[in-house]
Amino acid sequence: MKNLLKHHETYVLLVIIIFSAIITVINPRFLTLENFFDVVKSYSFIGILAVGVTFVLISGGIDISFTAVATVAQYVMAVMIIRYGGNIFTAFLLAAAVGISLGLINATLIYFFNIPTIITTIATLNIYYGILIVISGGKWIYALPGWFRAFADIRLFTLCTDEGIKYGLSIITSIWILVVIIAWVILRYTKLGRGIYAMGGSMNAARRAGFNIFRTQMFVYSFTGLMAGLAGLVQALLVQTVAPNSIVGKELDVIAAVVLGGASLAGGVGTLFGTILGVTLIAIMSNGMTLMRVSSFWYNVFIGLIIILSVAFSAYQRRTKAKRAIAVEVE
Amino acid sequence: MADLFLSMKSVSKRYTGVQALDRIDFEISKGEIHGLVGENGSGKSTLIKIISGVEQPDEGARIEIEGQAFKHYQSIDSILKGIEVIYQDLSLFPNLTVAENISLSQTIASRSRFISWRRVNDIAERAMARIGIQIPLDEMVNDLSIADQQLVAICRALTSDVKLLILDEPTTALTKKEVEALFTVIKDLQSKEITTLFVSHKLNEVLQIAERVTILRDGKKIGTFPSRDLTDERLTFLMTGEKVEYSPYEIEEPQGVPLLEVRRLSKRGNFKDINFKLFPGEILGITGLLGSGRTELAQALFGMNRAESGDILIQGRKITIRSVQEAMSQGIGYVPENRMVQGLVMQQSVANNIVITILHRLINKLKMIDRNKKKDCINSRIEELSIRTPATDAAVQTLSGGNQQRVVLAKWIGTDPKIFIMDGPTIGIDVAAKSSIHEIIRNLAIQGVGIIVISDEVSEVFHNCNRIMVMHKGRIIAEFNTSRTSEEEIQDYINMAS
Ligand SMILES: Nc1ncnc2c1ncn2[C@@H]1O[C@H](COP(=O)(O)OP(=O)(O)OP(=O)(O)O)[C@@H](O)[C@H]1O
Ligand SMILES: [Mg+2]
Repeated sequence: MKNLLKHHETYVLLVIIIFSAIITVINPRFLTLENFFDVVKSYSFIGILAVGVTFVLISGGIDISFTAVATVAQYVMAVMIIRYGGNIFTAFLLAAAVGISLGLINATLIYFFNIPTIITTIATLNIYYGILIVISGGKWIYALPGWFRAFADIRLFTLCTDEGIKYGLSIITSIWILVVIIAWVILRYTKLGRGIYAMGGSMNAARRAGFNIFRTQMFVYSFTGLMAGLAGLVQALLVQTVAPNSIVGKELDVIAAVVLGGASLAGGVGTLFGTILGVTLIAIMSNGMTLMRVSSFWYNVFIGLIIILSVAFSAYQRRTKAKRAIAVEVE
Repeated sequence: MADLFLSMKSVSKRYTGVQALDRIDFEISKGEIHGLVGENGSGKSTLIKIISGVEQPDEGARIEIEGQAFKHYQSIDSILKGIEVIYQDLSLFPNLTVAENISLSQTIASRSRFISWRRVNDIAERAMARIGIQIPLDEMVNDLSIADQQLVAICRALTSDVKLLILDEPTTALTKKEVEALFTVIKDLQSKEITTLFVSHKLNEVLQIAERVTILRDGKKIGTFPSRDLTDERLTFLMTGEKVEYSPYEIEEPQGVPLLEVRRLSKRGNFKDINFKLFPGEILGITGLLGSGRTELAQALFGMNRAESGDILIQGRKITIRSVQEAMSQGIGYVPENRMVQGLVMQQSVANNIVITILHRLINKLKMIDRNKKKDCINSRIEELSIRTPATDAAVQTLSGGNQQRVVLAKWIGTDPKIFIMDGPTIGIDVAAKSSIHEIIRNLAIQGVGIIVISDEVSEVFHNCNRIMVMHKGRIIAEFNTSRTSEEEIQDYINMAS
């Protein structure tokens, strides 16, 4: 019990439960399986991006360019499958390859020129996105192949409401789940994953201990690129259109979700469980407000408030902890 | 002569502006305990970084380990040769658990790409058992005391098949008991043919543990001597080229209104019923073991740790100190014990670190920082404390450990406090610098500043203070007037209490 109270995650979970209770009282439709599956599906896009961002934040860096990477991956993928055909696997491979390549460019710039990651990735965001807009002319793509549409409708299992509306676990959601599991194993059970934590905790100590900083950094940024590529694909599956301007601008939403989940901008801290909770909290807020018929403008205000509360709370916890630490056995 | 474990010939290292090492020849025999001493910035840490392959020496150096010569000696070579270093800054991962920190080298060395948490815990438990300590395995290193962190770093070095263990000032934060335990470990390792290189500014410790001692001065090697041929004084002389003498600090019986008076100050779990007065011109020593409440008391006076009951009076006026700002505005200055983390912005320049506390005083009529004033102030501080830095705009992290500490002192002295609390002002500082810092403390006192020096080295408080209080378990258990006591008497008092 005491151990539970030590974890940031516990408190986020608590907030989620409280919010859910409030929303349910106002609109009971919130706490239905149907709504649940629906929300989870529509947040798999943000969720996958958040996994990538969790990795960079833990490693002690930051990546802003991931939305541009997602957009480029999505666009290239869409153009290619329309022009040359293919199937869902080629779509995956294309999005992944573009994502990884752009991530590697980020990593190379960061490692060799030793520029702060935030500046590097703000620059590459603009470059990637700028080039895409120039080449595509900002045109939207609607004419996605039939198999692409069909894949998005697959459900791993199907349930039915009383009114006869079908719902269930979408294949899109399961991509998110799969990604989370793989990422969790990497972070928790591989040398590489622990190296990411070590690097975020102290770059110098990691170097001295014999971690290969170059390789770890390459992995982190290409992994974030891969996640962005996959997220781009998932978003295309969700909305069945590819619009070059629909993703860029969402960077802060994603980073906010990850930070809410307990990851630190200073590096070295964060868990996937926390990130899932962070995404969940944001999802519930947004969905709950729709269900409660609150104007969506309030959404941003609330997210801002929650972030401030969360950060203030962590600071408070650190302070009380420090207070307890300086105890002397007084006779 | 026994077999050589390590032999280095003509090792030089130049950083921009400093010759950190100048054609050093250095040898360590197999299984010996070798001490390395020298003033701050004499090149000890640099030599260690070269032995561990973290830094490469300049052209012309020859390095042989167990008879094997290396062309490009890298950190991986040293790891494979069983060289383990515990760095001055410990090189731990604050965000990882004790178990993970201890087992990390093993994790990296293992061939498997995956982690077995069972193995991680096993390794950590075995290493701790080896030196007979117990720290909760799943505690974050960040939450440990510095002493415990030092123990974790030592445990980590013991997990591998270590042949040469290098300790760069390992005892700065350890209590006497823990130092003894560490020495037992080193002796025990020696019986297992493990060689140790030991760097410390506590010369008596070096002479106690080391069989031979190598002395560096200004990047040059002065020589290697068997420690039975050395004494504290001789070692000091070899290091500095000067004789350091102590003269006790005595002042006339102070009278009038005390600068600072503390009445029945208490805080649960920190300190209890503290009463004392501090007069202008006094240097008041507070000693006692680690964990006796010294630091907590100091922090209470500086607004970092509010007392629950009792009064604080400054020049006879009762005040409350709720924050560091309030303490500073009352003219209180504080040099913290854990300077490495509380005192400096490591990436920033020496100059900026020095003036950070007094920027408001450097502002001219145009509300801008007066550059000349700033420069003067920085230069005079650097000179006063003889800070060895290649340039005033060098980043603090490139200075040697001891010089970093002087920067912290400089920063606080600059605030012109009326009451100056120094918690361990000379931890990790060499003998010559120690006496120059003591000199500075004295001069401040003579100018009428009231000074509190907190230290666990009895000799330090004895030689510098006119009055000494001994703390134990949160209470003041004794008070001595330096001119009417001896070092031994105070030491005995502390030993008796614990
Ligand atoms: N990375 C660096 N860049 C520039 N100068 C450096 C760097 N590292 C060390 N130096 C300089 O080399 C000299 C030797 O430093 P070193 O850290 O070896 O001293 P030290 O003997 O360990 O001193 P201390 O007892 O204070 O720890 C110092 O003058 C220091 O300023
Ligand atoms: Mg050093």
